[in-house]
Amino acid sequence: MIPLTWYLVLSAVLFCIGLYGVLARRNAIAILMGAELMLNSANINLAAFERYLAAGSLAGQVFVIFNVAVAAAEAAVGLALILAIYRSRDTVSVEEVDLLKG
Amino acid sequence: MESLFKLTWLIPVFPLLAFGAIVLYVRRWKRVASWLAVAAIAVSFVLSQIVFWVAVGTPHLGEHPFEELVRWLPTGHSAFEMGVMVDPLTAVMLFMVPLLCTLIFIYALGYMEGDPRYARFFAYVSLFATGMLGLVVANNLLMLFIFWEIMGLCSYLLIGFWFEKPSAMRAGLKAFLTTRVGDAFFLLGLLYLYSQTGTLAFREVLSEETLQHLANLSVTLPVFGTVPVATVIALLIFGGTVGKSAQFPLHVWLPDAMEGPTPVSALIHAATMVSAGVYLVVRMFPLFHAVPHGTAPEVVATIGAFTALFACTIAVAQNDIKRVLAYSTISQLGYMIMALGLGAYVAGAFHLITHAFFKALLFLGSGSVIVGAHHEQDMMEMGGLRGRMKITFWTYIAGTLALAGIPPFAGFWSKDEILADAFNHGHYLAWAVGSLAAFLTAFYMGRQIFLVFFGHPRSHHAEHAKESPRTMTYPLLVLAAFAALLGFVGVPEDFPILGHLLGNPFHRFVGHEYAATPVNPLVMGLSILLACAGLGVGYLIYGRKPLEEGQPDPLTRLGVVYVVLKNKYGIDELYQATFVWLTIRLADLFALFDREVIDRIVNAVARGTAIVSDGLFRFVDAPVIDGLVNLVGRAGAWLADLWGRFDLRVVDGIVNGVGAAAQTFGRWFRQVQTGRVQNYILLASVNVVVILAIMYLVL
Repeated sequence: MIPLTWYLVLSAVLFCIGLYGVLARRNAIAILMGAELMLNSANINLAAFERYLAAGSLAGQVFVIFNVAVAAAEAAVGLALILAIYRSRDTVSVEEVDLLKG
Repeated sequence: MESLFKLTWLIPVFPLLAFGAIVLYVRRWKRVASWLAVAAIAVSFVLSQIVFWVAVGTPHLGEHPFEELVRWLPTGHSAFEMGVMVDPLTAVMLFMVPLLCTLIFIYALGYMEGDPRYARFFAYVSLFATGMLGLVVANNLLMLFIFWEIMGLCSYLLIGFWFEKPSAMRAGLKAFLTTRVGDAFFLLGLLYLYSQTGTLAFREVLSEETLQHLANLSVTLPVFGTVPVATVIALLIFGGTVGKSAQFPLHVWLPDAMEGPTPVSALIHAATMVSAGVYLVVRMFPLFHAVPHGTAPEVVATIGAFTALFACTIAVAQNDIKRVLAYSTISQLGYMIMALGLGAYVAGAFHLITHAFFKALLFLGSGSVIVGAHHEQDMMEMGGLRGRMKITFWTYIAGTLALAGIPPFAGFWSKDEILADAFNHGHYLAWAVGSLAAFLTAFYMGRQIFLVFFGHPRSHHAEHAKESPRTMTYPLLVLAAFAALLGFVGVPEDFPILGHLLGNPFHRFVGHEYAATPVNPLVMGLSILLACAGLGVGYLIYGRKPLEEGQPDPLTRLGVVYVVLKNKYGIDELYQATFVWLTIRLADLFALFDREVIDRIVNAVARGTAIVSDGLFRFVDAPVIDGLVNLVGRAGAWLADLWGRFDLRVVDGIVNGVGAAAQTFGRWFRQVQTGRVQNYILLASVNVVVILAIMYLVL
């Protein structure tokens, strides 16, 4: 059986990739995809912990389902925002969207 | 079924809602306003009918009346319980009041047509209906008093409804002030009762122990000597009845109240409000009779009998169609009061109900005549309306026969019960007075009928009279049916055939604890004879040879007696010359006192003050106080200068320093604020990593 650690490492790696995407990409859609990766790495964590530490409680799986729903909602809202930004500024590059600059 | 009693409290609420809605929202839409009022009273009517019939079907309601309470203003130990109560008496009133209200409201739709204050009229009568219905369902004397006063207010507003007419305005004022005299006694009675028993709820006040307690307690009064408390309270409360039910000596307001619109006369001054006074006596009946052979019932009976005869005689010589009815109302109310004073509980209550129906009918009929005859109210100017106003004529006949006491109309049964009760209990004087009044009643009603409906028209208006609209005639028909048939619910049980057949349901329902008075053939025969004789004399004088235009009333041949009756025994003038004169003189005297004494004192004080203040200014203010003030001022200026310097150097310095520091920090920190979201996230992530590292290393 694959030990729990492996799952956690996979999840951590996935999280880091996601975080890197969020931090380094300029395209807003790519940033959204990075965020999606981070959410899913958390899902892996939840499912793995449930399977190894609290088998049969279903709580982890329920959380995963919730997470998927939340992620879908987040993607919908995010994409709508990006679309709105694109319409008003003709770009999706986050470098150029800096209205909040102090 | 008894759970339907829970609806009782809603009965007065609907007219109140209609009143509020009309006053606040639909004043300008008069159709909506009037129909709203009619709809509200119709709902109340339906609810009342439900309650009435449930009450009829409930056994032992008299011993265990339905009550529903809320605690009102629960402060300390003296929470006052307000609520509604349904006992047989209330139920009977609930049958009568909303029914009459509804019919009269419908009638008013036609009668008030074209009035500039149409909506306002319906607002007032709705409020009035609230008052009357609330009074009927109240379970304690305080609530009763509150609704009583609401009715008084509405009565004032409605009598003076056409306030452009000075006479109407004065009549409203007179009604309000005269009844107020009675109400003052009533309120005193309530306060005294509360101080003695600590309660005003009917259930507790009229309980055996309380009555016993009040009857045994006695109080010494200046003129009257030692009297039982029960008697004092009963008579004080009776004061309210004397005012509201227009008994002698406070009867003067009711005839003048005819200045109001006729539906108001029918509703307030014939059927409901004036009978509220009688209702009060009926309700408090055990209190009046708490002391065996006490003075209270004697006073009540005396006033009632006197009023009954006294008002009758005045009615004989009046020419205004409504005034005749007004005096007739006073007289009939006197009848009821007399009956209650003599201990005839059921007879009094029965006459109250039947009278309300046929007197409302007569008033509405007179209103129909007045409208038909183009607002002519003088009977001398009428005549021959029989053929022109058929429905009004026949319904008026029904009302007249009921009032005169011709069998089998309603008034016969109730009036005869009173007379029989008086005779059987040995009150021969009361019986004689009542019989004489019955004769006079029949006579003046005969006079009215023959003057108004028979003969030839004696004026241009009467000649062109025409029947009133259907909203006015239909209520007349309904009321005529009641005037004709209502008496059958109270036929004495030992009356041949009929009594056995009908079984006197009224007595069984309302007065099961009081013994029914046996039928006295002598009294009954005589009363029928007198009624017929009265109508007959009326026919002989006015019917056989109808009056022609401009011909004087044959009664003028009575000479000085007629003049006295015509002028109502001069009671109005007497009051004018005594109470009113005295009040005005007293006011003048006070005004004089005000001007001559108080004004002078005030002026003298003012002058004195001026002199003193001048002296103070010269000798104290200028040299001493001004010097002090200036000194303090100079010291203040010097100190202020010192503080000003401190402010400039120190405080301003600190403030500026803080500002500059904030600016520097701001300039430094704004560089972090790039506006690029990714930078923020980076910062956040780095922070998280740092915190995790610290936690790992430290923990």
